[in-house]
Amino acid sequence: MNGAMNSAMANTDLLQVDNLGKRFGGFVALENISLSVAAGERLGLIGPNGSGKSTLVNCICGTLRNEQGAVRFNGRQLDGLASHQRTRLGLARSFQLPRPFVSMSLIDNIRIPLLYTVAARGTGRSAQDIDTRCADLLHEVGLEEKARHLPRDLTQVEMRKLELARAMASEPKLLIADEAMAGLTHSEIEEILALLVRLNEQGVTIVLIEHIMRAVMSFSRRLVVLVSGRKIADGQPDDVMRDPEVERAYLG
Amino acid sequence: MRTPTFLLICLVIAAVVFTGSLAVGNDYVFFAGYVVLQYVVLSTAWNILGGYCGYVNFGTAAFFALGAYSTVAIYKLTTGDDSYSISIPIPVLMLVGGAVSGVVGFGMGYLTLRLRGAFFSIATLALAVVLETLVVNWDYVGGSRGAYVIRPEEIALIGNYIRYLFLIMMLLAVAAITVARLIEHSRLGYGFATIRDDELAAEACGVPTLRLKLIATTISGALMGMAGAPFPYYISYLQPDSTFALDYAVNSIAMPLIGGTTSWVGPLIGTLLLGSLQQIATVTISSAVNLLLVGCLLVAFVIVAPNGIIGLVHTYLQRKPEEFVGRRRVDADAPEAVP
Repeated sequence: MNGAMNSAMANTDLLQVDNLGKRFGGFVALENISLSVAAGERLGLIGPNGSGKSTLVNCICGTLRNEQGAVRFNGRQLDGLASHQRTRLGLARSFQLPRPFVSMSLIDNIRIPLLYTVAARGTGRSAQDIDTRCADLLHEVGLEEKARHLPRDLTQVEMRKLELARAMASEPKLLIADEAMAGLTHSEIEEILALLVRLNEQGVTIVLIEHIMRAVMSFSRRLVVLVSGRKIADGQPDDVMRDPEVERAYLG
Repeated sequence: MRTPTFLLICLVIAAVVFTGSLAVGNDYVFFAGYVVLQYVVLSTAWNILGGYCGYVNFGTAAFFALGAYSTVAIYKLTTGDDSYSISIPIPVLMLVGGAVSGVVGFGMGYLTLRLRGAFFSIATLALAVVLETLVVNWDYVGGSRGAYVIRPEEIALIGNYIRYLFLIMMLLAVAAITVARLIEHSRLGYGFATIRDDELAAEACGVPTLRLKLIATTISGALMGMAGAPFPYYISYLQPDSTFALDYAVNSIAMPLIGGTTSWVGPLIGTLLLGSLQQIATVTISSAVNLLLVGCLLVAFVIVAPNGIIGLVHTYLQRKPEEFVGRRRVDADAPEAVP
């Protein structure tokens, strides 16, 4: 009975967070967060600085351990799974501050998830296939000319693209983009947004964490708002922005 | 180059070096060469964990001594008194020493790899101190008095026993270099490099960092133990003070740093350079000058060539004008847009 229920839920929700709680010492970073993301969705996650957005991502991806609650992904309980195991299940993330492998060329940066995630899923590929795939991914984000360069040669926007390309290389079902656009110019933001939309159209579910409201509003089909570790709103972007509680949190 | 071809070339070079040393006609060449080769193994082994993964191990002496004392223990066991005496071939002793050190390497990794940076290094240093204390208080292997191991005078076909030890250490060096090169060009090597660069990002890319670090500590420890196993036969009188000497730790760090840590070539070049210099200094000046030599060279390299000789060659070969223009600084702390 329980099993049947689980599989029924798995059909609708790709990611499900139940009553998740996380504290650092006496500080409650997240309190009773429940959240579900359906397959193919474009979800925006917003909240003021320090509201717990990145902590939530870290709990979902296994970088931090949550004391309370549970995370299910694709019908599987994630508790106790290490970060790399979750990536192999199809849960990818990009980091708020790009974290490239600094001693490796761009193409080798992309190669890592292919070697360790895609190959580990049992879809064996020849070295040549992997090379082609790396080149394709770099082409997709417009970095093919710098394939042999080191990350230190990149500009800020290129660094963000590399971060996204590396997350995409693991062929995820769900991509969590943690502030992929912070510090970018208007046109650079458009570039990244177009990239994410294209990815979503290919069937990847995307959770976008962002401060830049213009980007969030144009991208998201649904919006979730975190304030001081609690979820205060969840729904249509326009409705959420009209919510008096959200207005109060943002405008003081 | 494929690994069998590489191995063949190494063996040919080894054969040339061995016949060349025979041609000198003085067995001192083998005594000095043995030490250099031993350091080739130690620095290559250190580099697998320290250079590839970025975990600085100060416990080289501990793993080396584990190999050496495994041999002493087996020696005591097999030549207990005059009633019986079996001589175990050195390659077998190497396998045993390697196994013991590999197991300890695995254990050390399991206990300490959640530590990073200086904390990991301090833990490895502590391992050396703990093991030395154990050995000093273990009478069976000689305790603080030390242990005698009688080296056979001659061995069939080759002649003087030191030539045999030299040959074996050379083969081990070839094996160590081949293993290091194999790792470097494999999936494992890529994984090790991600650990050195950024463990959090590595995990996010699906790299099982803890498992890879355990593989690295085990391989590295095992190779160090194998290098230590023939040592009692070389030195004849094994004593805790000299077996756990700081020299092993310092040299096996300095040699890869001087050569370059990102490739198997680095430790090899660094060892040939520094190891030979030390041997020459021992004969011409005094053995006490060795550490001074290491210190001065290390300071010089940190200032002039922080990426070692390999890094120096790389920058010389890859210097392109485009590298110096149009590079924008990547600012991690760029101000973020606030809604």
